[in-house]
Amino acid sequence: MKTQNQKAWYFVLPVLLLVAFNALIPMMTVVNYSVQETFGNNVFFWEGLRWFEELLNSDRFHAALGRQFMFTGLILMIEVPLGIIIALSMPRKGPWVPVCLVLMALPMLIPWNVVGAMWNIFTLPDIGLLGYLMNTTLGIDYDMTQSPFAAWATIITMDVWHWTSLVVLLSYAGLVSIPDAYYQAAKIDGASPFKVFRYIQLPKMKQVLTIAILLRFMDSFNIYTEVFVLTGGGPGNSTTLLSIDLVKIALGQFDLGPAAAMSLIYFAITLLVSWLFYTLMTKDDAK
Amino acid sequence: MKKRSIIPIVYIAFLMLPIYWLVAMSFKTTNEILSGFSLFPQSFTLENYATIFTDPTWYWGYINSIIYVSLNTVISLAVALPAAYAFSRYRFLGDKTLFFWLLTNRMAPAAVFALPFFQLYSAVGLFDTHLAVALAHCLFNIPLAVWILEGFMSGVPKELDETAYVDGYSFPRFFGTIFLPSIKAGVGVAAFFCFMFSWVELLLAKTLTAVEAKPIAATMTKTASSAGYELGLLAAAGTLTIIPGAIVIYFVRNYIAKGFALGRV
Repeated sequence: MKTQNQKAWYFVLPVLLLVAFNALIPMMTVVNYSVQETFGNNVFFWEGLRWFEELLNSDRFHAALGRQFMFTGLILMIEVPLGIIIALSMPRKGPWVPVCLVLMALPMLIPWNVVGAMWNIFTLPDIGLLGYLMNTTLGIDYDMTQSPFAAWATIITMDVWHWTSLVVLLSYAGLVSIPDAYYQAAKIDGASPFKVFRYIQLPKMKQVLTIAILLRFMDSFNIYTEVFVLTGGGPGNSTTLLSIDLVKIALGQFDLGPAAAMSLIYFAITLLVSWLFYTLMTKDDAK
Repeated sequence: MKKRSIIPIVYIAFLMLPIYWLVAMSFKTTNEILSGFSLFPQSFTLENYATIFTDPTWYWGYINSIIYVSLNTVISLAVALPAAYAFSRYRFLGDKTLFFWLLTNRMAPAAVFALPFFQLYSAVGLFDTHLAVALAHCLFNIPLAVWILEGFMSGVPKELDETAYVDGYSFPRFFGTIFLPSIKAGVGVAAFFCFMFSWVELLLAKTLTAVEAKPIAATMTKTASSAGYELGLLAAAGTLTIIPGAIVIYFVRNYIAKGFALGRV
């Protein structure tokens, strides 16, 4: 039971000030832009909700949003089951555990532009390891800069490479917290491996998996650098995800109004979905 | 048991392949890279690394990155520790709302903030300083640090606090000499995460710097576009960016699984 204590606010104050400085002021700037038009020179005209209306009816936005949901959906569908399978087959103790964990975490510690550059070098059709294997050894025509399918396969593989370990590590943390007695009881009852998974391991992993899905959703929905460095959004617009499109509009075309409106809608979607996850998560916490 | 360990081995091999390719590339000469495919460096060279260690624009990139990342880790932890303590021990007006609001900042797409951040930090005169990047990265690192630390702190029984007060400890003394040591794994993990996310982020770091505090990642993108196609040099620079992460992760290797679960297992 926590004590009621309003003085706790003093403890939170530094965090509040620092985050507010970083979050509220820029957010107000974005809101300000989203209702105005500018032609440069700091001259602004009131536009009301025009940008929001235009955006919600624009095919370009719908297409980028569709691609974004497809990307996030696909990587979640691959990374979550794969991560669980890997975590289940990992040793629980012994000298190999830290080695496994460190090696698995390594991709997550590489700067995002290096991840993009690395995969670019890896998949070059003539001199990259993967590109060479596909084209010359296996005889499959594979060139990311030509085929949208190849580009999609590559960005999905890259994200699976980059982030599956997050799901593995979280699931693994859940698994090692299961006391041995549970397994012994299951053995005495003659439970099948599937039943052990369904009734012992999965419930224990439920909370950490929610965190994993929440983090993966937020980060994949906001992905920018890796994909931008790898494909530049191409070929054509086939891999132009939401963030890439946003930066194109804001910094490429300097359309601040529409870009700001897009930012707000973008943020609202992320917020809504994350809130759903968070509510699910804290509901379990309360029990 | 033996058969099962195939899966992690295959997975780790898959993880190592692109890294191997990057490292192999960094030991090749530009000539060799462009002349065709070779699995191992044919004419092993350290020239790419020599360029990086002798050219100030290159090695200052690393120094700049390390400065703002360390600065960010210190700031994030310093403010997150008391806040996490408050969240884990007390109920106060608006605590749940505040906690969720903090988390929402972890969700904000960096692309949304790039331009406003540039204007904000220019306006307060911090543009192109290490402090600007360190403060900007607080946006997503503080919420994460609070979240992790709160998880670890909630694992410490409240009786510990009460016993200490009964024994006549003042709050700062209790916090420093009893409480902090008992969650030192959590502090290590939180520091690790702050380091990690500040180290890998590029969009904001690049937006907020020009010359003086330019991160290594920005030096890399600039070189990639301006100096033609120097893949070997790029690969060497990339390889060097992996090393700090590998060093930091070594220190938290025993807590890493629990850490990724944000202390909540």
